[in-house]
Amino acid sequence: MGTYLIQRLATILPTLFFVSILIFGLQQLLPGDPAIILAGEDRDPSVVAHLHEKLHLDDPLPMRYLYWAGGVLRGDLGESVRIQKPVLELILEKLPVTLELALLAIVIALVIGLTAGIVSAVYKDTFWDYAANVFALWGLSTPNFWLGIMMILFFSVTLGWLPASGYVSPFEDLKANLASMIMPAFVLGNAIAAVLMRHIRSAMLQVLNSDYVRTARAKGLDERVVILKHALRNALIPVITLGALEFGTLLSGAVLTEQVFSIPGFGKLIVDAVFNRDYSVVQGVVLFTATAYIVLNLLADLAYFVVNPRLRG
Amino acid sequence: MATLAADIPALRELTPRQRVLRRLKHRHGAMLGLGVVVSFVVIALFAPTLAPHDPLQTSWTEVRKAPTAAHLFGTDEIGRDVASRVIWGARASLLAGLVSVCISLSLGVPIGLLAGYVGGWVDALISRITDAMLACPFLILAIALAAFLGPSLTNAMIAIGISATPVFIRLTRAQVLSVKVEDYVEAARAVGNSHLRIALRHILPNVVAPLIVQATLAFAAAVIAEASLSFLGLGQQPPAPSWGSMLNTAKNYIDNAPWMAVWPGLSIFLLVLSFNLLGDGLRDALDPRHR
Repeated sequence: MGTYLIQRLATILPTLFFVSILIFGLQQLLPGDPAIILAGEDRDPSVVAHLHEKLHLDDPLPMRYLYWAGGVLRGDLGESVRIQKPVLELILEKLPVTLELALLAIVIALVIGLTAGIVSAVYKDTFWDYAANVFALWGLSTPNFWLGIMMILFFSVTLGWLPASGYVSPFEDLKANLASMIMPAFVLGNAIAAVLMRHIRSAMLQVLNSDYVRTARAKGLDERVVILKHALRNALIPVITLGALEFGTLLSGAVLTEQVFSIPGFGKLIVDAVFNRDYSVVQGVVLFTATAYIVLNLLADLAYFVVNPRLRG
Repeated sequence: MATLAADIPALRELTPRQRVLRRLKHRHGAMLGLGVVVSFVVIALFAPTLAPHDPLQTSWTEVRKAPTAAHLFGTDEIGRDVASRVIWGARASLLAGLVSVCISLSLGVPIGLLAGYVGGWVDALISRITDAMLACPFLILAIALAAFLGPSLTNAMIAIGISATPVFIRLTRAQVLSVKVEDYVEAARAVGNSHLRIALRHILPNVVAPLIVQATLAFAAAVIAEASLSFLGLGQQPPAPSWGSMLNTAKNYIDNAPWMAVWPGLSIFLLVLSFNLLGDGLRDALDPRHR
């Protein structure tokens, strides 16, 4: 375990280094003097001069990278020019909202994806299998912002059951919070459920043909026990890795979903930052997301290592 | 029996490409997908003829009118014909798909080929950069790139193309690694072919199949990504029609003009679904072991 962890960490450090180069490099794409663009519409010369000094814009590029990376390592992701707040503080402020949305989406994805995956594998080549496959294709092909708009049309405008937009903190009013989160969570969970269903189906099909499942059936176990205890438990192992990989889909989806439902989360932060030309916030959000993705994948690999005894040798 | 016997030599005479096409023809989903994709291409190409109205023509007397015989999909918030805008919008979506997939292929395949063929520190370096790009979620990276490059359809296509490149690098590299140890590559090397010739003439043609499948699926992803960027205001700029930007406006009028949201969304869905069906069918046809 120790050696594996060290090996894995050794590949992460260069990846993080290149992530930082990539995100620092984004700033170089800005046409002209970044200080003038960052200074906003007023372009106050004193602000431009201050930004030049603060961002070390008069230094050579490698030095600027070192200053920037040094700041990042100390937890300084820069400051929002619009809101005048440290970027990290802004991210941490918005993160809980997106985390709640993501968590609810995962629960919905697991319920739909697992059920559809198991049913389609167990009833392979029947109506249920085709129905589950159609559902997966539908989930993969529907743009989630459109699904969101259509759900608002149906559940808010036509039926008047759920609020069309807005966010209520769960600590203020849990019921109102769930009412405002259920549609966005479904929209976000739907696409992941489709991916999950396809993976569970193929993993289950493989496992259902294995010797130990045949043995379990041969000794007369109830089919439900065979499927849920013997087959599903093993089919779930690859899903751990999938979970970490889908984190990217979840965050990308959250950007659009939060925009449709006006939820003040992480995704709305990056979109607002883009329109306010608040580039430090854009960079900060991408850096934070990429780092979280790398760490989550590391944790998934370790979990995979722990639950799969064959890897431990 | 006689017909079967007669069929077998005929089957043997088929080239690998013909065999793939034959298998593809038997996959109804893929053929349906292909049909819809071709229809959208025709719609995009002949948009000026097919669109009943000028997609930019506003009319203050026809603001947010429900579908009628004159305006089959209704009109939008400034009286433009939704059907004509949906027809012209096909151009932006297909163009975005095509250009960004071409960018991803033209960057990803040579870099992946280099990493897989040369190996060593070149491979290590390319792989770490690929890992770094893959760590940034696709759409978030595309949003960031589009934000820094400036909002326009061209920049959105570049952003989507670059964001989708690492997948092609990784796929090409993995394929090259498995092909380069094959006997025919060894033989090509033994008779004194140059590295460039081995890579281009002996390895590349044998890694194309999975790349075609990936390119089809990437096309679907690019169509959704362009619509997403345009929905956020980072793609096609108004007043030029794009399905994503139409949905962005439609969202504000959902309670009194729902038709504005239905058709552009349905078009994205149909086009993406068709590419996904085609991609799945191609994968099955190119690799019969995959079920």
